[in-house]
Amino acid sequence: MYCHNPDSIDTHGGEEHEIEDLVRRAVNMKSYFGKHGGVTVSGGEPLLQSKELIHFFKRLKEEGIHTNVDTNGRVLNHFTEELLDNYADLVMLDIKHMTEEGYQKLVGAKNKETTFRFAAHREASGKKMWLRYVLIPEITNKPELLHAMGEHFKNYKTIEKIELQPYHKLGIHKWEALGWRYELENARENTPEEIDAAVAILDNYFKEVKVN
Amino acid sequence: MKVIDLKTGLWNKEINVRDFVVNNITPYYGNHDFLVGPSEKTQKLWDICKAATKEERLNNGVRSVDTETISGVNSFEAGYIDKENETIVGLQTNELLKRAMKPFGGYKVVQKALSEHGLAPSDSVNELFTKYVKTHNDGVFSAYTSEIKKFRSLGFLTGLPDNYARGRVIGDYRRIALYGIEKLIENKKADLEKITGPMSDAVIRLREEVAEQIGALKDMIEMGKAYGLDLSRPVENAQEAVQWTYMAYLAAVKEQDGAAMSLGNVSSFLDIYITNDLEAGLITEEEAQEYIDQFVMKLRMVRHLRMEAYDQIFAGDPTWVTEAIGGMFADGRTKVTKTSFRFLHTLYNLGPSPEPNITILWSYGLPQNFKNYCAKVSIDTSSIQFENDELMRTTRDSDDYGIACCVSFQEIGKQIQFFGARTNLAKTLLLAINGGRCENTGTQMVEGIAPLEGDVLDFDTVMDNFKIAMTEVARVYNDSMNIIHYMHDKYYYEKAQMALIDTNPAINIAYGIAGLSIVADSLSAIKYAKVTPIRNEEGLTVDFKIEGEFPKYGNDDDRVDIFAKNAVADFNNELKKLPVYKDAAVTMSVLTITSNVVYGKKTGATPDGREKGVPFAPGANPMHGRDANGAIASLNSVAKINYEDSQDGISNTFSIVPKSLGATEEERIDNLAATLDGYFDRGAQHLNVNVLDKETLLDAMENPEEYPQLTIRVSGYAVNFIRLTKEQQMEVITRSFHQSM
Repeated sequence: MYCHNPDSIDTHGGEEHEIEDLVRRAVNMKSYFGKHGGVTVSGGEPLLQSKELIHFFKRLKEEGIHTNVDTNGRVLNHFTEELLDNYADLVMLDIKHMTEEGYQKLVGAKNKETTFRFAAHREASGKKMWLRYVLIPEITNKPELLHAMGEHFKNYKTIEKIELQPYHKLGIHKWEALGWRYELENARENTPEEIDAAVAILDNYFKEVKVN
Repeated sequence: MKVIDLKTGLWNKEINVRDFVVNNITPYYGNHDFLVGPSEKTQKLWDICKAATKEERLNNGVRSVDTETISGVNSFEAGYIDKENETIVGLQTNELLKRAMKPFGGYKVVQKALSEHGLAPSDSVNELFTKYVKTHNDGVFSAYTSEIKKFRSLGFLTGLPDNYARGRVIGDYRRIALYGIEKLIENKKADLEKITGPMSDAVIRLREEVAEQIGALKDMIEMGKAYGLDLSRPVENAQEAVQWTYMAYLAAVKEQDGAAMSLGNVSSFLDIYITNDLEAGLITEEEAQEYIDQFVMKLRMVRHLRMEAYDQIFAGDPTWVTEAIGGMFADGRTKVTKTSFRFLHTLYNLGPSPEPNITILWSYGLPQNFKNYCAKVSIDTSSIQFENDELMRTTRDSDDYGIACCVSFQEIGKQIQFFGARTNLAKTLLLAINGGRCENTGTQMVEGIAPLEGDVLDFDTVMDNFKIAMTEVARVYNDSMNIIHYMHDKYYYEKAQMALIDTNPAINIAYGIAGLSIVADSLSAIKYAKVTPIRNEEGLTVDFKIEGEFPKYGNDDDRVDIFAKNAVADFNNELKKLPVYKDAAVTMSVLTITSNVVYGKKTGATPDGREKGVPFAPGANPMHGRDANGAIASLNSVAKINYEDSQDGISNTFSIVPKSLGATEEERIDNLAATLDGYFDRGAQHLNVNVLDKETLLDAMENPEEYPQLTIRVSGYAVNFIRLTKEQQMEVITRSFHQSM
C-alpha cells in the first residue's frame, strides 16, 4: 500500500538491461562510492529476479563493488538463499507490520511469516542486515507493535541498525499519476514527539536506531 | 614580525613567495571546532554593509557614482565604512559602494553606464575623452576588419573584451606584504637595466611596460600613506600581512575594471603570519578571524561601473574576486591551513555570498576533516566551487597557482592570461548545414562549404563541413584576439598588477567555446536518428524534423560523449595552428558564464531538437533535462572531455536536491565529499555545486526581500539569485536538479 517507487511494481513493466551494461555503469561509478557506496537493488521487489541477481552480484563482486538488497523479504527460494548466503554484502529488510492482520491490510497479501523466515535465514548466514520500518501513526507506530518487533529481533547478531522512515505524503502524486487510489489518504504524518517515543522504545532492543 | 622565526630559503635571495610558503607553512589536519564567530566590530561593519547593499539594490543596482574623477591607484582620498571598527581598511573610492569611472577600456561604455542612471561624466572628463585620449575600445575598432565585425555582430563571437577591460591577470598580491614596495621597486629597476637592445618592437615595449610598473609601485606607496600605512616596508605582524595584501589588491581594482580580477591564493600565505602571532601570544583566535572576516567583507564590497548590456553576459554584477584554497604541494604535503578554514568560515560569520569566489583546489590527498568542512559549507551555502588540483598541478607543473576568473589555472606571479570570451560552436555547426551562411540572416560567413543537397542530413558530409567551418571561425577569432590584446597593452596596460608579477611572464591566451552539448547532441541526432532540414525560400535551414531516438550527452554514453570530446579537441587544434600576439600559448575553455542565455537567443534551431532562441546549457553541462540517468552518469559524461585539449577550464554546474545527497547532515557531507573524490578521480576539472530545492528558488523569485543573500552557483561563479533578471532566473530553474545520484 505504500512504496517509494510505485512505478516499478508492475512485474511486466520496466526496461530490460543487459547485465554487462549494468555492470559497466556500476564500474563507471565506482570512483564515487567512497567508503560506504556500492550497488543497491531496490524495487518493486528485486528478489523476484533472484536468479539474475546472482549473476549480477557475482560480476559486481569480481569488480570489487559492494552489493546490497533492499527487500520486503517476501520471496524465499533456493535462488534467494544462494544470493543471501554468498553474494549480498548487505540486506536491508523492510518490516511492514508485526501482526498478520495489519500486514495484510497494508500489503494486501499474507506473508508476514515469510519475512520472518527470511530474516532468520540471513541471521544464520552471519552476514549483516539492517531493518527498515515505516512509522505511520496509529497503524505501525504503536508501542505494542514496536515492543513486539524489538522482542522478536533482539537476539539477532547480524542486525546493525534499524532505520525508521516516518510516513510522509510526498509520494501521493506518484500514485495518482499511475491512476491508483492512494490507500493511505487518511493517514497523517507523525509529530516529532511520536517519532521520539518510537525511538525511545526501539533503543532498548537495537544497537542503533536511525530516523531517516 | 621577528624574521628569525622564519625559515630562510630562496625567497631571501629573489622574489619568490612560493618558496616562503613552502618553507614556513603549518599544514592543518584537524577539524573546524576551533573556529569562532564574528567579533562585535565585524558585526557592526557588516550591518552597515548590508544596509548599503540593500540601498544599492533598491536604487537600480548602483548606490552612487563619482562622475568627476578618473579612477587610478591613487586618485581618491581614504574611504571608510566606519573607521573605529575597521581592522582592515581601504575602499576603492572615498565612500562605501561608490563606483568610479575607469574609461581607458572604453569611454562609450562609461557614458552609457552613467546615462542609464541619469548621470553623465563631468565636462572636463568628457572633453578629455572625446578630444584627446584614445581608449582600448577606440584602438580595437580602428584595427578591426569588416570580417571580424560581421562575426561579432551576428553572434559568432560574443562578449569579446573589446569595449571593456580584459581582466584575468592575477597580481601576486602577497609580494607587497612579504617584501615591501621599496624592495619590489629595486627589483624592477634592476630588471629594466637588463632589458637592452637591439631595440626591436618587443624590447621597446617591455622597457616601457616595466617603467610603467615602477610608476604604479610608487603610486601604491602614496595610496598606503592616505590610510596611514607604510607599504614601502615588509609587514611585521598578521594584521599588517592581511592589510598589505588587501592594499595590493585594492590598487588593482582602483586602476582596472577587468571582467574578472582574481585574488590568487593568499589564505595559506597569510596563515604563516597568523600562526606566528597566535603562537607568540600576540593575538587571539577572535582577532585572527576578525582580520579574515573584515578582509573578506572588503572584497565583497568591490564594485565596477557596468552598463546594463554587460549584465546579459555577466549577470548579477560579479567581480570574480576568486580565491583558491587548499590543494597540495608537489612534495605531497597539503596546503590546507587553519586560515583555509577561516576563509570558508566567513560564509557563516557574514552569511552566504557570491564574492569572493571561493574555489577549493581538491585532491584525494586533502585532509579528510577539510574535505568534510568544504562539503558542509557547500551544502549549507551553495557559495563555493571545486577544481581538480591533482589534474592542474600535474598537467601545468606548478603548485602555486590561482584561478583566473571562473575556472582557469594561472601560476601566481609567473604567468598571465589574455582573456578571449568565446565563440559560438553551435552556430559554427549550423554554418556546416547552411553552405557557410548565417542561419538567421543568410549572410555569407565562410567560403568553401557547398550547400547541402538532398533531404536527410548525412553525417559524414556535415562533419566534413563542420571542420571547414571550425577552421574559418578559429581564424577570425584569432585575428580579433590579436588585435584586442595588442590594443589593451597599448591603451590600458595593467601596470599595477604587472608590477607584482615577474618581468616578461609567460602568457596563455584564453579562448573559449559555448554550445558544446548542442553540438554533441546534434551530431548524435544526425548519426543515430533521421534528421531532415526544413528550409525557407532562400534555402536557409530554419528547423529540423527528427525521427527516431538518439543517445544524448549527459548519460555516460560513449556513442555521443565522444562527439563532445572530439569537438573540443578539434577546435583547440585549429586554434593552436594560429600565431598569437606576444607568442602566448593557446588554451581554451568550455565555459559560458551566464551568456548561455544570450547565445541561445542568437542561435537558430539546431539538429538536436532545440528550438530557435532557447538558451544553451551552461559551460560543458548537458542540455537541461536530457541527462536522465542520474547525477553520476551526467558527471561522467563531462569528465570525458580531455583537460589537455581545454586547459583554460571545463565548467560544470551541478544542482542536486538536499534529500538525494542523504537523509542526515553527516550522510550528505560524506556523499558530497565522495562524489567530488569520484568526479575528480575520473579526470574532470571543475564542479559548481548547488544543493537546493527548486521550491526555494521559486519562492525567492516571489519574495526577493526575504532572500537578500541567497547565493547560487551558475557557470564558474556565483550570483545573488535575486540580482539575476527574470529570464536568467527562469533559466536557472529549468536546469536539471538531480533527484537521484
